[in-house]
Amino acid sequence: MDLNLSPEEEKFRDECRAWLAANVPEPFAGKGLNEEENAEVVDYLKAWQKKVFDGGWAGISWPKAYGGRGAKLIEQAIFQEEWAKADAPMLINVLGLSLIGPTIIAVGTEAQKQRFLPKILSGEEIWCQGFSEPNAGSDVAGLGTKAIRDGDDFIINGQKIWTSLAHVSDWCLLLVRTDFEAPKHKGITALLVDMHSAGVAVRPLRQMTGDSGFNEVFFSNVRVPVANVLGEINKGWHTAIATLMNERANLGAGVYVGIKRALDALIERSHHINRGGRPSAQDPVIRQKIAQAYLELEIFKLNSNRALSKMSKSAVPGPEGSILKIFWSELNQRVQQTAMEALGTYGQLQDFDEGKWVYGYLRSRGNTIEAGTSEIQRNIVAERVLGLPKSYQS
Amino acid sequence: MDFDLSKPQKLLQESAKTFFSRECSPERVRELMATETAHDEALWRAMADQGWTGLIVPEAYGGLGLGLVELAVVVEEMGRANLPGAFISTLWAAALMERAGSEAQKAEYLDAISAGELKATVALLEASADWHPAAVQLRAEVEGQGYRLNGRKEFVTDAAIADVILVAARTSGGLIILVVKKDSAGVTITETPAMDATRKLYTVEFQEAHIEAALTNKVKDALEYSMGVAAIALSAEMLGGMQWTLDTTVEYAKTRLQFGRPIGTYQAVQHHCADMLLMTESSRSAVYYAAYALSEKDSMARHAVSIAKAYCSDAAREVGNLGIQCHGGIGFTWEHNLHLYYKRAKSSEIMLGDATYHREELARLVIDRAAD
Ligand SMILES: Cc1cc2nc3c(=O)[nH]c(=O)nc-3n(C[C@H](O)[C@H](O)[C@H](O)COP(=O)(O)OP(=O)(O)OC[C@H]3O[C@@H](n4cnc5c(N)ncnc54)[C@H](O)[C@@H]3O)c2cc1C
Repeated sequence: MDLNLSPEEEKFRDECRAWLAANVPEPFAGKGLNEEENAEVVDYLKAWQKKVFDGGWAGISWPKAYGGRGAKLIEQAIFQEEWAKADAPMLINVLGLSLIGPTIIAVGTEAQKQRFLPKILSGEEIWCQGFSEPNAGSDVAGLGTKAIRDGDDFIINGQKIWTSLAHVSDWCLLLVRTDFEAPKHKGITALLVDMHSAGVAVRPLRQMTGDSGFNEVFFSNVRVPVANVLGEINKGWHTAIATLMNERANLGAGVYVGIKRALDALIERSHHINRGGRPSAQDPVIRQKIAQAYLELEIFKLNSNRALSKMSKSAVPGPEGSILKIFWSELNQRVQQTAMEALGTYGQLQDFDEGKWVYGYLRSRGNTIEAGTSEIQRNIVAERVLGLPKSYQS
Repeated sequence: MDFDLSKPQKLLQESAKTFFSRECSPERVRELMATETAHDEALWRAMADQGWTGLIVPEAYGGLGLGLVELAVVVEEMGRANLPGAFISTLWAAALMERAGSEAQKAEYLDAISAGELKATVALLEASADWHPAAVQLRAEVEGQGYRLNGRKEFVTDAAIADVILVAARTSGGLIILVVKKDSAGVTITETPAMDATRKLYTVEFQEAHIEAALTNKVKDALEYSMGVAAIALSAEMLGGMQWTLDTTVEYAKTRLQFGRPIGTYQAVQHHCADMLLMTESSRSAVYYAAYALSEKDSMARHAVSIAKAYCSDAAREVGNLGIQCHGGIGFTWEHNLHLYYKRAKSSEIMLGDATYHREELARLVIDRAAD
């Protein structure tokens, strides 16, 4: 075990630190960095991602040939940590970067890699993940969106739901049913779908936060070239598993940055907000809760780094990623609740700190649902990590 | 950076695991529990033969001179076997001696500890039950070449088996550590029976006791360092106990049938097991990071120690709770070994500060510091 950075890793850290110090933009002026439907926010975030890409910092562990840096996973983690310290804005193409890109790298054709990966990194093409349907959520393999072969195309009909970022996306990794007779896992195909195709309609759904981070997406007679199959026809479940494993393992890295930022802001605030007649920071119960949030967040980072060390040897994320997913989603909920308590009567105000505490608190409820619910993650840990018998036929 | 045990560390882990499963069976633990001191001299000597009583003692004093990561590796296995006796007490004392002792004292005591010829403990707490060394009030009056001592120490682990008790006391010049040898005149040791019978607690009372020697070198730093070492060891021990409880519970869930199916098919049970794994693995991250940080004198070492002790203290108890729950009635019996681990977890949770104590330490580091 050696947690020291090697000389190259240290050099790398210094380089990222210097680059971030020189390039992190002024915070977005005005309200609603969370409101991804706001065109100005989208432009601001896209410009930032382009800058990151041009600087050579997007896709640190991705192959150089596709615009990545060809560095190790550990360097990716180092960069994330510097990112948090520099208080840099998030990258808007988060689904492309964390789950869809890695899936294309794992199962895509050479032509697909060359065509799609660089633009995922530069943010020129934003991606969404079209898995869930109204009747297929946790049991996503039960999906019904149809694809019928017509020459060199598939023709798609059906509906997706809860599709994050679809309203700003250029492309979608879509799961469709291509064999209607086969058992449910064996008739699925994964397609790379141009969201600007004729017949794609996106309808924003309002979340409990009040803004529209996700959507319904309708497909009516949408043509998709067979060349855009990711993986093999009727073996889309294999592709989907690669995506889901990456989702569980990778999403957390960005999450650490977000929670760290919230916690630092909370600690700073706690000295200036009164609760019961004294600064929150002096309330022994609040101190306990903030300290608990701090220590759990650090442990989450340590868990992530251990998983990375393991992954850099085995190359693929395993079912242990579910532990990370459970950890960060429930941690964020506790942190947001701690913030509400520490801020006392002020936390509930929409105009206090641009409403970020209200938003953060409400948004965290989605964390234990998106990317696989906590119940499903615990099923996975119990059955695939601990080897307990299956509780149901999946 | 590589957050994984190295090959030699894995070999050490294997040999410790084999050693303790052979030398420290649950039956042996039960026998020792019922003795006055829970100490097994033959087992202690066998551990010394492996070099483990001097695992982190510098080679110059007969130790193996290994780091705290290696220590955690071995102590985790002790925890898995629920090893009774004075290992952590002696470890704490050795680390304190190494930092606060003179060359001559180190040569005398550390060599003997490494050789397995000497067991020791530290007497810090008083009736105030405050783990901060600043709370020490016991006065040591200078008397001739040594000190005169009147008063008492509480919650001293393994005092009755210790050949030497290192006693924190106050003189007009500040904190010192008195070296109290076994059977010194004016020293009375009384057991205070506690929940965990595998690591006994004592009151140590001094009445006109004359103590010749003291450790006086940077006592405050030495106490902080040695308490860090002992807190890491306690956390590693709790981790081993959690791993045993998890493994035992998963095994049971696969084989115990109710309603015609293994109870492990029921999600209520599955999810308890998943949570036990999450807490065990998170404890592992925290323990090894803390061991590493303190070994490497990392600037985050104090944070890391409190993170590990706070997290493991809560997690060990909760893993125990879930383990008992998943076993049903058998888990509540004296006959099942679960309660041995459960009680040890409580003892380790409390010793050197529970989660509440260490969260307040962290609050001082991360909340108060942010203010200045
Ligand atoms: C903020 C947000 C963003 C999202 N973004 C996307 C996206 O970009 N793309 C996308 O495809 N999807 C997205 N989703 C959808 C998400 O993946 C699903 O909501 C999730 O998988 C649950 O499916 P469901 O909503 O149909 O709930 P259901 O599957 O109906 O679950 C309802 C309840 O039943 C429980 N349950 C279901 N099956 C089991 C079982 N076998 N054992 C135990 N409990 C069970 C669940 O845990 C849950 O508590 C998003 C969701 C949210 C909240």
